[in-house]
Amino acid sequence: MNPIFNQGTTPAQRLFLALACSAALIFFDHKMAVFESTRGYLQSLVSPLQYMANAPKQMLSWASDNLVIRQQLIKENQDFRENELFFHEQLMQLNIVRRENERLRSLLSSPVSGKNTKMFAEILSVDGDRYSHQVVINRGAQDGVYDGQPVLDEKGIVGQILHVGVSSSRVILISDITHAIPVRIQRNGLRLIASGSGKIDRLTHDFVPHSADIKPGDLLVTSGLGGKFPEGYPVSRVVLVRTDESREFAIVYSKPVAQMDRLRYVLLLSKEKAAESSFSLKSQQAKAGKQ
Amino acid sequence: MFSNNGYIIILTLLIALMASITPMPMSVGDFRPDWVLIVLLYWCLALPNKVNVITAWVMGFILDVLLGSVLGVHACAMALSIYIVVVNFQKIRNFSVWQQALIVGVLSALYNLIVFWLQRFLTDVVFLPSYLYPVITTIVLWPWVFLLLRRVRRHFHIK
Repeated sequence: MNPIFNQGTTPAQRLFLALACSAALIFFDHKMAVFESTRGYLQSLVSPLQYMANAPKQMLSWASDNLVIRQQLIKENQDFRENELFFHEQLMQLNIVRRENERLRSLLSSPVSGKNTKMFAEILSVDGDRYSHQVVINRGAQDGVYDGQPVLDEKGIVGQILHVGVSSSRVILISDITHAIPVRIQRNGLRLIASGSGKIDRLTHDFVPHSADIKPGDLLVTSGLGGKFPEGYPVSRVVLVRTDESREFAIVYSKPVAQMDRLRYVLLLSKEKAAESSFSLKSQQAKAGKQ
Repeated sequence: MFSNNGYIIILTLLIALMASITPMPMSVGDFRPDWVLIVLLYWCLALPNKVNVITAWVMGFILDVLLGSVLGVHACAMALSIYIVVVNFQKIRNFSVWQQALIVGVLSALYNLIVFWLQRFLTDVVFLPSYLYPVITTIVLWPWVFLLLRRVRRHFHIK
């Protein structure tokens, strides 16, 4: 028989200790955000668990990748070739337009927006916490991932890096209730803020006046304000505009263009190069000004 | 904790942690049972001298790190729910499995509500009925987990 009655501490004392620790953790994590670096270590400590939890899905997708029939592969290949041709044609145009844009910008003596370097990443897991929208990707500090790095898929902006571990990191999606991103309407340049609503297919826009020129179907792109997200990437499409004059502001909802519920591969943009190039240009201008 | 094959307890808890973060489609994910809570509940009823409030708190903390929520939220909810069982374990032990399933349902509802209340207090989330779907699956799962873990306990002579 185990001595269950001669324990040092009573359950009530243990509960008190546990609750006190939780309260302290919640206060310091949420209000003071002192665990930013500790979270990185914790993240890398638990990443084996994440890799193991992801193994069944990985195996299934490996199987489905390997068990395709020949015709399917040939057809896919054909499609890719056609797509590549189209993209090449667009690329030729793009190069000309980009050079022209750079020339015009230098005539106006505004900084040339430099190229972003991109990194490919795979989604490790979509976690079960129903109160926040986050995913884990298989890149970390050793690949050069940093806090606040923009993340996108082939359609548009997905979110940004929240916590960086050694070999994995956590992405907060734009639909998370604590996330907001500055956008503008592609059609007319009207600036808005897209806040997450906690629902995967809805972003809300606060403080939009009734007179604002905004219609369902408008594409919202990143405005580049705030400096986190580079300018011009698609974010969402307006689905509902309700101008009820009895309210102070119009109700505007939009739907993210990225497929948030079926993410598999994402791109990470790093803007270090852009910062460098604009810096060098500024220093050149400064030199030119001195001369 | 590690004497008398106690490491098996840690192993089952680790499997429960993994089960609670395995990727799932969104519609099924809403029904994901509270794996860690259910496994902790069993060990707490069976071996209250090995698994207690502090174990529950540590598991909740690991869950917080895994789920990326504010540290301490799941830890607090887990510790409170397990405390209720620890105090009443001799009563709950004598109930039939089905009666226990109902109690587990109430505890799971309490756990989910505490997590919701804390989240509501920290970030302005709004209540959706889907936040309580795990209660249903947890109730259905309890008899099976109970029988399975009892076999495990007897097979490995965990005391």
